[in-house]
Amino acid sequence: MIDGQGAAQTGAVQADAKLHQAEGQAGFEPRILSFLCNWCAYAGADLAGISRFQYPPNTRVIRVMCSGRIDPAFVPRALLAGFDGVMILGCHPGDCHYLSGNIQAERKMTFLKKLLAGEGIGAGRLILDWVSAGEGQRFAELVRDFTGQIRSLGPFRVTPEAEGTLRAIQTALEGERIRWMTGKAGELLEKDNVYGERSDPDRVREVLEATVRDELRKNRILRFLETGPLTAAEISGKLAVPLKETLPQLVALVGEGRIGFEPAEESHQPRYVKSG
Amino acid sequence: MATVENEEVKGGQAKPVGAVLVVGGGIGGMQASLDLAESGFYVYLVDNAPTIGGVMSQLDKTFPTNDCAMCIMSPKLVGTGSHRNIRVITHAEVKEVAGDPGDFEATILRKARYIRPDKCTGCGECAKHCPVTIADSYNEGMSRRAAVYLRYPQAIPKVYLIDREACIGCGLCERVCLAGAVDYADEACQEKIAVGSVILAPGFEVFDAARRPEFGYGVYPNVITSLEFERILSATGPHRSHVLRPSDGTIPERIAFIQCVGSRDKKCGNDYCSSVCCMYSVKEAVIAKEHVPFIKPTIFYMDMRAYGKGFDAYYERAKADQGVRFVKSMVSRVRQQQGTGNLIVTYLDDQGKAAEEVFDLVVLSVGMTTSQAVRDTAARLGVRLNAYGFCETNPLAPLATSREGIYVCGAFQSPKDIPETVAQASGAAAAAAGGIAAGRGTLATKKEYPPETEVASAEEPRIGVFVCHCGINIGSVVNVPSVKEYAATLPNVVLADENLYTCSQDTQEKIKKAIQEHGLNRVIVASCSPRTHEPMFRETIRDAGLNKFLFEMANIRDQCSWVHMRQKPEATAKAKHLVRMAVANARLNRSLGETAVPVAQRALIIGGGVAGMTAALRLAGQGFAVYLVEKEELLGGNLRNIHRTIEGEDVQAFLTDLIDRVSAEPRIHVLTGSQVTEFGGVRGNFTTAVTTAPAMTAQKIQHGVTVVATGAEEERPEGFLYGEDPRVCTQQEFEGRLAAGGEEAAGLREVVMIQCVGSRNEKRPSCSRTCCATALKNALALKRLNPAATIRVLYRDVRSYGMLEPYYAQARREGVLFVRYEPEAPPVVAREGDSLTVSFAEPILQEQATVKPDLVVLSSATVPRENRELANLLKVPRTAEGFFLEAHAKLRPVDFASDGIYVAGSAHAPKLITESVSQAYAAVARACTILSKENLMVGGVVAVVDGERCAACLTCVRVCPYDVPVVNLRGEAEIDIVKCKGCGTCAAECPARAIDLMHYRGEQLEAKIGALVEG
Repeated sequence: MIDGQGAAQTGAVQADAKLHQAEGQAGFEPRILSFLCNWCAYAGADLAGISRFQYPPNTRVIRVMCSGRIDPAFVPRALLAGFDGVMILGCHPGDCHYLSGNIQAERKMTFLKKLLAGEGIGAGRLILDWVSAGEGQRFAELVRDFTGQIRSLGPFRVTPEAEGTLRAIQTALEGERIRWMTGKAGELLEKDNVYGERSDPDRVREVLEATVRDELRKNRILRFLETGPLTAAEISGKLAVPLKETLPQLVALVGEGRIGFEPAEESHQPRYVKSG
Repeated sequence: MATVENEEVKGGQAKPVGAVLVVGGGIGGMQASLDLAESGFYVYLVDNAPTIGGVMSQLDKTFPTNDCAMCIMSPKLVGTGSHRNIRVITHAEVKEVAGDPGDFEATILRKARYIRPDKCTGCGECAKHCPVTIADSYNEGMSRRAAVYLRYPQAIPKVYLIDREACIGCGLCERVCLAGAVDYADEACQEKIAVGSVILAPGFEVFDAARRPEFGYGVYPNVITSLEFERILSATGPHRSHVLRPSDGTIPERIAFIQCVGSRDKKCGNDYCSSVCCMYSVKEAVIAKEHVPFIKPTIFYMDMRAYGKGFDAYYERAKADQGVRFVKSMVSRVRQQQGTGNLIVTYLDDQGKAAEEVFDLVVLSVGMTTSQAVRDTAARLGVRLNAYGFCETNPLAPLATSREGIYVCGAFQSPKDIPETVAQASGAAAAAAGGIAAGRGTLATKKEYPPETEVASAEEPRIGVFVCHCGINIGSVVNVPSVKEYAATLPNVVLADENLYTCSQDTQEKIKKAIQEHGLNRVIVASCSPRTHEPMFRETIRDAGLNKFLFEMANIRDQCSWVHMRQKPEATAKAKHLVRMAVANARLNRSLGETAVPVAQRALIIGGGVAGMTAALRLAGQGFAVYLVEKEELLGGNLRNIHRTIEGEDVQAFLTDLIDRVSAEPRIHVLTGSQVTEFGGVRGNFTTAVTTAPAMTAQKIQHGVTVVATGAEEERPEGFLYGEDPRVCTQQEFEGRLAAGGEEAAGLREVVMIQCVGSRNEKRPSCSRTCCATALKNALALKRLNPAATIRVLYRDVRSYGMLEPYYAQARREGVLFVRYEPEAPPVVAREGDSLTVSFAEPILQEQATVKPDLVVLSSATVPRENRELANLLKVPRTAEGFFLEAHAKLRPVDFASDGIYVAGSAHAPKLITESVSQAYAAVARACTILSKENLMVGGVVAVVDGERCAACLTCVRVCPYDVPVVNLRGEAEIDIVKCKGCGTCAAECPARAIDLMHYRGEQLEAKIGALVEG
């Protein structure tokens, strides 16, 4: 659903982004995208209306049957589309209409927040919380608080760097390897693995995070190289990641044959190029 | 199946089990396995690693020829992996060997692989999807790999496995594996196998550089080991052969190599020398400079141990022409410079002065050690180790372990380089076969080829062209897809394809499948050199039912991509030309038949020294008759001048025993006072005329193999008053005097030994290898007789490699003085009145010193025995210095390029007794690959006469280098296909063009020329 919406919105959003800039922080009105689950949060929001609890007009709601439906890839997509923040509200733990959809949503979003924080987007633009069908007041408060939070963070500017990062995050999250892992992580943490053993939860989380981080850094590097050859130091600067964490990604990309070295290179600082 | 058969053997017969267990699948283990399998034994090759190939698979290039390690090893990998009489069991260890020689029962534990070898296609989808990444040990941790992996692209077997430690058990690989090869329920399993002998070839691991904390390994990112640098230089390394330093990915300009890290080091318990580090560092320095011309390598060394064949020339070239700087020094520490990641190297120079220098990268030349796993295996097998954890052996029987029936070779015996490992491996194969010769052929089976598809010359050619990327060796220069597309447009080409590595085992299968599916009747591989890879590909197409002569190669690597690296479009165009030429020729290729000829299962050995006699005894022990030809009246050769080994073994007692056993062996015909006067024939069927003094009786001997073991001798030195003053003698003469008795020695107050007399100079650039050890041996012997004697050894580099090093340390401890001299300022021996004086430059005091010794001992060069005529008769090549030249410096150390002729002992290059013994055994193993067969196939590329056109002009008779053509009764030239070596000279000269060389017919060569010209 959001696909169509995203595309339709892009033009408006770009115009708006310009507006944001023109207005500056002072006249800034945050644009917040909310995903509400049908059974609890959406009902809670309705209740707020029935109860006439007032809250800021900055959010637009997309109804989903369960918070578990929120694909992590929707979040970078929303930010790219011009939203300044994303709010995901589901049932309280134990109340989920689909038993564990909300817990799975939490796992995915915790992980996504770490990712956003690690890659310089910031975790503050994403919130996941619980609102029951009876908590109209709480819904209104959450919207008010989050709007305030985004207001203080300021508009999300889709700079070329931010765009690159988000696109890389999106590509990574849409890849099969990572989707398998994010989908499997819950089971791995709660049930036996393929060897009939219980995996170390820290190790599973570590693998998941490392996999996504590597994938997305590699995607970002590939994007950087689209504009021309770069040295390792330049790539590290653009990634805003220390050189010693950048080099392994370059080694991996070279190994996968996705990048190579500039053929004419004669200097001390070899430049990487995207493979044809 | 083998086990069942073995049970039968055990059940009743007294015959030894005709199978051998080889532990370790590195280059040594592979060579031993191939030699055994080729001479009628079944081999179980067990490797701890998931693949065979060992450390050599990690090397980039090899010294002193700069051959690509993987390229020369790959045929052996494929040969081992596909040999019907070798069962490769990887990812496994030997738990126990019970029983007695000839009848062992080995327990093998196969670790779980979690990927079924019978199903895995090696496609790599699993690794592409695996979410786990961990440090890749193949690249020494400098890149990362998945938890499901293949150790390296050309691995044999090409079967993935799951690293259980790293795997989190997510199950993705199972889901993506289309072959259904993933099996998480896989378990370790034990298997018992029956074997007659065991060979240990487990190799080495590199010294842990962190044990020398003063060099900062593991602390400073830009301090790396030599094996890591090897990976950096490699095309399959982390940066695809770009030389980048770890801290910031820039190209280091100033690179320091620090020698002897973990070798010659009492502190860490490794008193021995690792034997290979000097040469590999020179190689790495040269190759790095080849990659990046602005790199300035500096090697900090104690003694440059370039003691092997051709090593000194390589070292001198690196120094003089390739800009490698050598600093004789002791490095005390390495610190990191603030901010830059550069390193400050502190060292004491030759004059004892402290100095500091800044480098961008420091490479630690780490030595060889044995791993704990190997030590544990040895303990389980009841094999004793020496003080350093290497296998305990006797210098006079270097291949035997402390347990009878278990043999050893390679770096586990003592640190050594590839050719010595290969020679020892063949040697161990001979030793292992020796004890179970009666079991030959009981378990090994013969190769049965599928019937050959008839390809009539009139039949339309259907050509398949396979273009190889060779990793990046070709693909990074030549546009392979475009060559492939081009090939598809050529006449009669029905299939064109490309491969990452055409030599890998799965590609062989792919080619076989393509032959069937596309009905190919000609196959072309455009890749590397036919010299190295044609035999393997021919085997592949033969397996698919095609005559092996329907194969053709285009050399687009060695003679294209490697030599036009900076002219990519031109290289691609050239590759296309070469493919076009191959196609033009392949269209004219014809099936050629080969004929079985019986093998004369006897050996001729030329030279009755330690190598010749040892080889004779081992061949006789395997049941073959031997003719042992010795020029002198007595057997023994140079061994007669040696009394003790440095370890203290009694050489004369050894010699006497050897001669007694040779004389008592009925299968050995000793011909002393004899010389070879005529030589002809080919492998399997040589005819040699031997003339015996004093009556000069001549006899003709028919034999299947020839071993050249003519040895070497100490040169009579020139200068230094040798021959003019009785107080100047050679080391061998001194050894004789020491052996004669202690009285004279006791009177010696002061002795000067001068090293490198007649070696390492312009006339003879090579090191004579054994003189340092001999000087140490004699100095220690004199010290034992007369501890008060002052002994000065004037040397250039003390080359006490391997386990000789502790004797050097001992000599210094016992007060022997070692004074280095430069070749530009050699010591001067003179007479002053009655006194003998030696003056030399004192490097520490930096002044000229003069001593008045009682005796001057010259370490004179080792020179080959007169062998020019023999070389001409046998048509085998020699080096500039007159030693015999082997077929390949690295992997064929005892073979000549002509099949069936082998070299052993000092005839090849100067050697210690222990090395000559190993090599003699090696020659035996190589010889047995021919002698063990009743028939050999001959024919193929031979000259054929068209009798109709022959004018009997005798041109061919005159020009043939091997005197093969004769004019028969019909008045036509006749060429014996058994004798013809296929050079084609006759075809080129025949005035009537009545002779053609098969496979290189005039029509074919003309087509090739035509193909190059057009377009």
